[in-house]
Amino acid sequence: MKSCNSDCCVPCEADIVAIVDKCGRTECNLIPILHELQRSFGYISDEAMETVAAELGITVSQVHGTATFYTLLYTRPQGKNIIKICDSPPCHLQGSKAIQAAITKALGIEPGETTLDGNFTFEVVSCMGLCGVAPAIMVNDDVYGNLTAEAIPEILDKYAACSCCCGEGC
Amino acid sequence: MDNINVSIDGIQVSIPKGSTVLDAARAAGIYIPTLCHMDGHKPLGACRVCLVEIEGGRGALQASCSFPAADGMVVRTNSRRVHNARKAVVELMLSAHRQDCNACNRTLNCELQDIAKRLGIRENRFEGEMPPRIMDTSSPSIVRDSSKCILCRRCVEVCQNVQTVGTLFAVDRGFDTVIAPTAKKELTEAVCVACGQCVLACPVGALYEKSHIDRVWEAIDDPDKHVIVQTAPAVRVAIGEEFGLPAGSRVTKKMVAGLRRIGFDKVFDTDFTADLTILEEGTEFLGRLKNNGTLPMLTSCSPGWINFIEYFYPELLPNLSTCKSPQQMFGALAKTYYAEKMGVKPEDIYSVSIMPCTAKKLEAGREEMSVVNGLHDVDAVLTTREAAQMMREAGVDFVNLPDEPFDEPLGIATGAAVIFGATGGVMEAALRTVYEVVTGETLENVNFEAVRGLEGVKEAVVKIGDIEAKVAVASGLSNARKLMDLIMEGKADYHFIEIMCCPGGCLGGGGQPIPTNDEVRKARMEAIYAEDEGLPIRKSHENPAIRTLYEEFLGEPNSHKAHQLLHTHYTPKALWPTDVPLDEVKTK
Ligand code: SF4
Ligand code: SF4
Ligand code: SF4
Ligand code: FES
Repeated sequence: MKSCNSDCCVPCEADIVAIVDKCGRTECNLIPILHELQRSFGYISDEAMETVAAELGITVSQVHGTATFYTLLYTRPQGKNIIKICDSPPCHLQGSKAIQAAITKALGIEPGETTLDGNFTFEVVSCMGLCGVAPAIMVNDDVYGNLTAEAIPEILDKYAACSCCCGEGC
Repeated sequence: MDNINVSIDGIQVSIPKGSTVLDAARAAGIYIPTLCHMDGHKPLGACRVCLVEIEGGRGALQASCSFPAADGMVVRTNSRRVHNARKAVVELMLSAHRQDCNACNRTLNCELQDIAKRLGIRENRFEGEMPPRIMDTSSPSIVRDSSKCILCRRCVEVCQNVQTVGTLFAVDRGFDTVIAPTAKKELTEAVCVACGQCVLACPVGALYEKSHIDRVWEAIDDPDKHVIVQTAPAVRVAIGEEFGLPAGSRVTKKMVAGLRRIGFDKVFDTDFTADLTILEEGTEFLGRLKNNGTLPMLTSCSPGWINFIEYFYPELLPNLSTCKSPQQMFGALAKTYYAEKMGVKPEDIYSVSIMPCTAKKLEAGREEMSVVNGLHDVDAVLTTREAAQMMREAGVDFVNLPDEPFDEPLGIATGAAVIFGATGGVMEAALRTVYEVVTGETLENVNFEAVRGLEGVKEAVVKIGDIEAKVAVASGLSNARKLMDLIMEGKADYHFIEIMCCPGGCLGGGGQPIPTNDEVRKARMEAIYAEDEGLPIRKSHENPAIRTLYEEFLGEPNSHKAHQLLHTHYTPKALWPTDVPLDEVKTK
C-alpha cells in the first residue's frame, strides 16, 4: 500500500506502518507507537489501532485497552487546543472546581467535550506534577498555575480562533 | 532444582527457587485468599486480596501471588494488619458491586462471596457511587453483567492468551474501567467465538450463559409438545459435581433418571449421533484420500472452533469436514427420522440438548441448522450447569437417584462415542472405524494412547493398511492456531486433524460445572475413558442402531439424503468489523 500524497489528515495505512517500523515492531513498543501516532495525526483512530494490532501481532482489544488507559492518548479527534485541568487532591483543595466552572462558563463545554468550532477540547486529568502551583491547568504544552477564576478568560483569549473572514482558523 | 527455605506463620517450608510466597503458603498448608490468581497462569496482581506481611521488608504489605519467595524469608499471613487490609480490599470491591446474591447465578459458588464470608464482612462500610451497569445480552451464548465484575481480568487472560480470540480487555481506567470488547462494543458487534472459557474463569457472576431454562420449562408444561432431550458425552462425567460429588464421578444413569424426573418424554444420547458422525466423517476422509481432496481434513464438531476458523482462517474452510456436529445431526434426525418413526409431526417435537458448551447455543440458532420447514433442529440448548439447575428446581435428589437406561433407539451408542468428550476422542473413534473399514481386519487394541491426554497438541502416525496416516489433535484455540499457522505456511503434512475449542476438549467446555481446572479436567477425562472401557461395543460402525438407521432411512454414509440432513457449509466472517460506531464521545 502506498501513501496517498494528499494533504488529508487521515492516516494512510502506509504512514502507520512507517511509524511502527520507526518505533520498532514489537509489542513492548506499543506505547511509543501510540504516542507517535498521536503526534502525527492528533489522535489514534480505530483504523490506526487495527493496523497497529495487525503489524504487532496483538489483538485490537489490547491496543484499544492500552490507548484508553492513558488519559493523554486520544481515540477521538480533539480540538486544536487542549485544556487540561488537574483535579487531584492538591489542586482540588486549592479550588480547581472553581477554575473548572470558569472554563465551562467561558467556552460552554463540560470536561470531555470539544467546542463546536473544534478549537478547544476540555478535560480533567490526574496530577500533572504541578502541585507546587496548584490549582493549575495546561493548555497544550503551556502551564498556568496559581490560578483564579478571573484569570481564565484572558488565558483562553490567547488561543481563540481568529474571527477573520478566511474561515481557515488562521 | 535448588530449593529455598521460607518461614510462613512459623511453619518452615522448603520450596523450589522461583516460587512465589503464595506457593510457599500452599506448601505449608496455609490458605491465602486469591481472586485474580489462576493456577498455571502468570500472576496478574490485580485484586490485592492475597496480601501478606514480609518481615524486614519495606513495610508495605505484598501481594503473595506475585511476590517471589526468597531463602530465609519470614512471612506472616495471619496478623491483624494483614486481616484488616484484606478486609478493606474486599469491602472496597463490594462497595462497587451489585450485591444481590440471592438473584445471582453464582450464589453459593462465588469466590467473592466465599472470601467475604471468610473475612467476616458483615456490613457495607463504604457506601458510595456505583459505576453504571452494562448488561450485554446480545450474544446467543454469553451474558456480561458489569455490575458484578470485580476487574480481576481472569477472563481477559483466558480470552487473549488461552483462546487467542482477544475479545475482552480492560477499557478506560480507574473507576471507569470495564472489561469489555474493543470500544465497549457488545459481544455480537465484536469477534467472540462464544466458547465460554471466560465464564469458567470468572470468579463471580459477571459472565454466564444465556439461559434457556424458561423456554424448556414452557415446552415441558405444554401437553401438545413431545419434548425429547439429548445429552452430550462430556455431561455425564461432570454433572455430579453440581450436586457435590467429586470430579470424575460417573453418573450417566442417574443423569438419565434425573432428566426423566423433570419431565422429558424421551431421554436420548448425543453419543448416538457421535457414532453417526464417525461414519459420515470417516467416509468423507477416505473419499478425500482417494480422490485427492483437500487435506488435512479438519474436524467440525466443536462450534467454538467453527466460529474461530470462520473468523481467523477462512482460507482453510475447504479443509473443514462438512459434517454437522453430533448435536445438529441429532436435531436433524429428531425432526425427520424420529418424527416419522413415532408418527409425531415435526412441529410438535421440541428438541432439547444438554451440552458442556456455550457455543452450542449459538450453533443451534444458525439459520442453516434447519431441515424441516424453518423449524430449528435443536430448539433449546442447556449447559450442564443449567440442566443441574432444572433438576434442583424440580426437587430432584440427584445423588440418590436410581440408575436408568437411555431410551431407544436414539439412545444406543458405543464407547467410541463417549470419548468424543475428551480431546483426541474423535480422532481415536475415527481411527477405530477407518482402520477396520480400510483393512477389513479386526482391531485388537482399540486404545490409541498417543492421542490421549491433556497436552495442547498431540501427533501420531498410524498405519492403516498401506496408508501411513499422519494425524494431529489440538485443544484450546491457541493450540489450534499453532496448527493452522503451520498449514498456512505449508509446513504441515498431516492427513487429519482434530480440533476442540476448549482446553481438554468438551469435558472442559464453557458450560461445565465451575470450577473447571486441570485437576478437574483430568478426573473427568479418566471417567470418560472408564465409560468407554465399560461399554460392550467400542466401535461406531458396530452400533446396531446406526446400522438400522442407514438401512431404514439414510441408505449409506455420505448418501444424498445423508448430505441433505447431516452435512453443512461454512461462511467466512469479517474480522474486526469497523462499521460499528465506537462508544459515543460527547462533542458539542
Ligand atoms: S457475584 Fe457473588 S457476591 Fe456478587 S452478587 Fe453474585 S453471588 Fe453475590
Ligand atoms: S466466549 Fe470465548 S471468545 Fe468470547 S469473550 Fe469469552 S473467552 Fe473470549
Ligand atoms: S468479568 Fe469476571 S473474570 Fe472478567 S474481570 Fe470481571 S470478574 Fe474478573
Ligand atoms: S490474587 Fe494476588 S493480587 Fe489477586
